[in-house]
Amino acid sequence: MSAKTPLSVEEREVAATKAHATYSGGLWPWVFKIAILGVLDAGALYAALVLLNENSWGALAAVVIGTAILNIIFIPPNRFLPAKYLAPGLVFLLIFQVLAIIYTTYIAFTNQSDGHILNRDDAIAAVMAQKVERVPDSPSYKSAVAEKDGQLWLIVIDPATKATSAGSNDTPLAEVTGVELSATGAPKAAEGFTVLSFADVVKRTQEVRALRVPITDDPNDGYLSTTTGTSAFIFRSTITYDAAKKAMVGSDGTIFPDGGRGSFLNPDGTELTPGWKVGIGFENFTKAFTDKAIAQPLMRVMAWTFAFAILSVLTTFALGLFLAIMFNEPRMRGQKWYRVAMILPYAFPGFLSGLVWAGLFNQEFGFINQILLNGAAIPWLTDPWLGKLAILIVNLWLGFPYMFLVATGALQSIPDEALEAAKVDGASPWQTFMQIKLPLLMIPLAPLLISSFAFNFNNFNLIYMLTRGGPQFADTALNVGSTDILISMVYKVAGFDGGRHDFGLASALSIIVFLIVGSISYLGFRQTKTLENLA
Amino acid sequence: MSTQPTTFTAHDGTVQELPAQPRMGFAKWLGVIGWRHLIGIIAVVFSAFPLVYVVSASLNPSGTLTGSNQLFSEVSIDAYKNLFKDPSRPYGQWYINTLIIAGVTAVSTVFLGAIAAFAFSRMRFKGRRMGLMSLLLVQMFPQLLAVVAIFLLLTWIGDIFPILGIGSRLALILVYLGGALGVNTYLMYGFFNTVPSSLDEAAKVDGAGHARIFFTIILRLVAPILAVVGLLSFIGSFNEYVIASVVVGNSADTQTLAIGLFQYVSSETNSNWVIFSAGAVLAALPPMALFIWLQKYIVAGLTAGAVK
Repeated sequence: MSAKTPLSVEEREVAATKAHATYSGGLWPWVFKIAILGVLDAGALYAALVLLNENSWGALAAVVIGTAILNIIFIPPNRFLPAKYLAPGLVFLLIFQVLAIIYTTYIAFTNQSDGHILNRDDAIAAVMAQKVERVPDSPSYKSAVAEKDGQLWLIVIDPATKATSAGSNDTPLAEVTGVELSATGAPKAAEGFTVLSFADVVKRTQEVRALRVPITDDPNDGYLSTTTGTSAFIFRSTITYDAAKKAMVGSDGTIFPDGGRGSFLNPDGTELTPGWKVGIGFENFTKAFTDKAIAQPLMRVMAWTFAFAILSVLTTFALGLFLAIMFNEPRMRGQKWYRVAMILPYAFPGFLSGLVWAGLFNQEFGFINQILLNGAAIPWLTDPWLGKLAILIVNLWLGFPYMFLVATGALQSIPDEALEAAKVDGASPWQTFMQIKLPLLMIPLAPLLISSFAFNFNNFNLIYMLTRGGPQFADTALNVGSTDILISMVYKVAGFDGGRHDFGLASALSIIVFLIVGSISYLGFRQTKTLENLA
Repeated sequence: MSTQPTTFTAHDGTVQELPAQPRMGFAKWLGVIGWRHLIGIIAVVFSAFPLVYVVSASLNPSGTLTGSNQLFSEVSIDAYKNLFKDPSRPYGQWYINTLIIAGVTAVSTVFLGAIAAFAFSRMRFKGRRMGLMSLLLVQMFPQLLAVVAIFLLLTWIGDIFPILGIGSRLALILVYLGGALGVNTYLMYGFFNTVPSSLDEAAKVDGAGHARIFFTIILRLVAPILAVVGLLSFIGSFNEYVIASVVVGNSADTQTLAIGLFQYVSSETNSNWVIFSAGAVLAALPPMALFIWLQKYIVAGLTAGAVK
């Protein structure tokens, strides 16, 4: 593969043996492998440096160990073969599935939500930033606005020491050298910086005014800010953080204690915003079942989720099986055409089905009310019960082709002897169906029905595209409605549909859904003994 | 039902054709066959109507949902042209985004799943059985349940590698690949086991290494299952809304078809209906074409336990 010039037979054999000893697949795959590992290691090194800088020790250890393991697996040729084949998929599985599950569990035990997103240090800085004032009688720093690494920087001259220093929103002031001064004593140019002209400062005045350069690492020291670009002033928060008291202290001596629930408290007991995220134990779970404002809608949503999933499986299976039996008649012609037409809903993209049916069911203009029902104004999607009915109808449309396909396959595998025996014994067609066909069909189909239940339990797309969960419950502040199922409730509580983000509660609901689906699937599969036939 | 087999099994085990049946009378035909056609036609109308309707709506010049109710009364392709003219709703960009995201995910899923299935099927190692079991168990927690964690995780990763943060299409692909192992691997594993291992042993004797055995021998023999897994993965990410809306939903240029078309009708259903229908018809083409092309493989794969 690698040699281009013709070689003698002997040379070729030697080369082949050599290549085989280093890598079974030849030279180019080896080069390819090393190149990929190189890119990976470079990325890992960069990430490690960033994490080191942020003092994120846990993540740093994970990156270093993970990268080391990958190198150990892939560098030595012909060793750890199973690991070589499993590792690429496992990396993704571990990060975006296993880690995501663990992280979900962790979030479920915290108060992460709007106002409690930051960590404690960032929250302190944010609280202080809201209460800043220019320090009275503070000196004016001669300054210039400059650009470096795509960020705006402030270059200033200390009025007392005449030292030149620079800083940005993320970088506290640090001394710089090589600053050229203008006639008025203001910075004009500096090494490594592009100083903005007056016209540029005017053009970017909003960005310039948003510059807040911390004077030191400690937010209590305040920061420099400018409005014109040519002179900067010290701003300091009227409240500071007292590490000994673990509380914020106002300039007048008022103490804002840490309430223990991820925020500082005003003297009247209200919270200073923003707060930070803290662990709150099982509170999200207990709240979900005891806090009336959440528990009531949750119970209704849960009941509908079960009803929806079970009824969906039953209706689609009944229709699919009925059609399969009906078409299981060799003398009937043109079956192929019927089959192709009936598979269409299954091939049509699922998210579009919901949207198209939403148009058909539209109360004022939709085809069903206008044409089929001759101008009726039935609120198909906006009435709590009709909405549920509409969802079941659409899911029947979506799901019966699948059931039809699998039932047809299962029907054809029933041995003729069993049916003949029943006929000889004088069983009626109904008896044959109930006592012979159905039990025999259930052997291959039961696991598929359980999978279908699990799938429908989380059938977000159908619900969201058709009714978006509505109509809204009138008696709760939560953004939840009568056709919402648990998974769409998770999405809405997390605030991805708009409104308040409550990540802690949403994650707790996710865990509940997982426990329900997981245990039902487990019990079901154990019943059908699928797990026993593993491996 | 008086179904009569056209063949029967004789005592010596051979299958023999029954003597030709006399032509049945109309009344009997109605009782045995005719009603089946009647129900079949009803089922076909139920299945096909919404699709016929959306095609008709996309060709309607009125532009509105109301006007779309008269099927094929007038025909115009204006909606298809207008679809590509609105810069605030870059349909063409959504289309490309979706094809790339779903395509790369499908190809990578097939590759990652196939090499893992090869290891499980052809190699014996410690923890093999446990590994297979855990793959099935992990899949019981569908990725969309972890959407909050994925959102926060990507926000954090984006601080280190901005190209992998919220808003990145590459990040969305990587998230989807978190589900590459699992049911897919399981389907492939079963199929790989049906390829006799004497084939690889013969190749090994001839001096082929593991990589050559995998790429040049096994992979060709398991092509049907690769097609099924690839198609299911493609359709899965093509339809995916929850994670896509959270990861790439904020900017019109990075959105997928599912997010974009949803927003088309969620705001003003009536006035956007025709243009939405045109978008839906075009969007449905790639998955439906793939589906019909690979139909016979899918039906086999479905009965093996994969659900849409």
